[in-house]
Amino acid sequence: MRWYLHKLAMMFGTLPRKATPAEETDRARDMKRFQKTPDEVKKRKAAIQDEHDNPVFSRKWLYRRWASIIIINALFIVSFTWDVQLVEGSLTASRFLGFHMADPNAALQVTLAYKELMLNLLIGTATVIGLWWIVGGRAFCSWVCPYHLIAEWAEALHLWLHRKGWVKDHPFHRGLRVVLWVIFMALAWFTGYTVFEYINPVGIVSRALIYGPTIALMWVAFLLGIEVFFSRRFWCRYVCPIGLTYGITGAVAPVQVKYDLSKCLHEGECRQVCLVPHVLEITKMGYASDTEEFIGPDCTRCGLCIDVCPQDALSFTVRGLDKII
Amino acid sequence: MTDAPETPAKPKKRLTRRELERRRMLMRSVGAGFAAVAASLVGLYPVMTRIFDRLRPPGAIPEKQFLAACIKCGQCVQVCPVEAIKLGDGDEGYGLGVPYIDARKQACDFSCDAVQCVLACPTGALTHDIATKEEVDIGFARLARPDACLAMKGDGFKGLARGADFEGLLRYEEIDRWDPQPVASYEYDLEICDLCVRECPIENAISLEPVSDDPDDKRRMPVVHEACVGCGTCEMMCPTEPAAIVVDTGLALARGEA
Repeated sequence: MRWYLHKLAMMFGTLPRKATPAEETDRARDMKRFQKTPDEVKKRKAAIQDEHDNPVFSRKWLYRRWASIIIINALFIVSFTWDVQLVEGSLTASRFLGFHMADPNAALQVTLAYKELMLNLLIGTATVIGLWWIVGGRAFCSWVCPYHLIAEWAEALHLWLHRKGWVKDHPFHRGLRVVLWVIFMALAWFTGYTVFEYINPVGIVSRALIYGPTIALMWVAFLLGIEVFFSRRFWCRYVCPIGLTYGITGAVAPVQVKYDLSKCLHEGECRQVCLVPHVLEITKMGYASDTEEFIGPDCTRCGLCIDVCPQDALSFTVRGLDKII
Repeated sequence: MTDAPETPAKPKKRLTRRELERRRMLMRSVGAGFAAVAASLVGLYPVMTRIFDRLRPPGAIPEKQFLAACIKCGQCVQVCPVEAIKLGDGDEGYGLGVPYIDARKQACDFSCDAVQCVLACPTGALTHDIATKEEVDIGFARLARPDACLAMKGDGFKGLARGADFEGLLRYEEIDRWDPQPVASYEYDLEICDLCVRECPIENAISLEPVSDDPDDKRRMPVVHEACVGCGTCEMMCPTEPAAIVVDTGLALARGEA
């Protein structure tokens, strides 16, 4: 429980840390000790050497995810352009086959600004929260958000420039996102305007895709510029309140990425590709609390770590269901 | 040798590289936080100065509440058969993504047979309290340029109301009740120009009244009545450039600017 609370706190900006002896299971302690025996160390070194000699390369989840983002956003576009009523509206609020859907972050702002509960909005928000609770809150980020996809391409460019030594990554404090979340909700309440929606790249990109380009896209271009030249995944990592809202939505989600300590060689490749690498600190040697554990609330379920792990130590799982099957 | 003991200089605490990095990171974070909030508040300026005084779709609640209650999804845009509803851009501040109607380009002519946009609205920004077109209150029409008005001059009108290039649509019931036709496809031949009255979709909202008691005086004045809902069809159809008749927003009317 304390270990889970730590993971929750990490979503709100605290630094990742090692599991304390009290948070460690006996299984995990034995496993960690076993992995340090000379025999095991030798085996691990051999396995790592083998990886380097015969590298495996998978993009399974990446392609599935990109397909998901593109298809979902294309459905919005198609629905309007050809007037087939599949998903009307945009990502802030829509009707999927007639059912109301509303982005919980936008809905909360509207409610705070307007200071009245609106039934349709409540139904739409409840539907979305239910849906994203199942697949894991921030799965919205990596499986639906169109800005996420563009930001991934910007990130690839950033990493390329980084390898060339032309740019440097400037990290920010992850608590910034929490502070901004509170400020934007307070601003909605006190000004009576949905202030954050003015700089929300998700809404801007979604509407531009569906209703045609706007000059507001210049703001999105500016953000991408920051991400390419100054700070890797600046918006998604340190600013976006929508990500935090969805993170809270899926804090105890059934769909999880599972970490298997017994298979892990502690090379840290997963942490290098991760959007939220603090959630993968448990893969460092000696950090895990159990031999098998879930990654936790801030994870976007993007699957990049699963693709990159040469030992299949990380995998998608459904909480509870994995024990039955 | 001095007997007064020298006060030892306060040892300057040298920050390690790690501490320095962390301090910089924190400063950057505070800066970024201020920048993000500042950027979001830029949207306040166009709203406060009312650079854009927009006609909102049918059922829109008063402007200030409307901007708050609208979730900026554009579902109202999608259901409008004549595509009269557009979404505001970044230069409109908090009007970004909020629907408006540019009546001169495409008026709300109720081709949908009343308030589809209201039914589409997922929040209460377009209030569900209205169900018929007569209950709509977008604004109020006003003869803004009486000197330009053809009827006021006693003139007739022959030809296309807005020229061949005009893209606007209008419901011509006698042609097809369910398929709005391009205004540019319909030729008029009127002895006295009465386009604003003829094409008004609301009953008893506007009429042409004689200007004098002289029965030979052909001049007529368009008079807007209480029933006007501000749909803007008169403004769209007015053949003079710019339109002699315009629709004032509720906000402009409330401030007595109209």
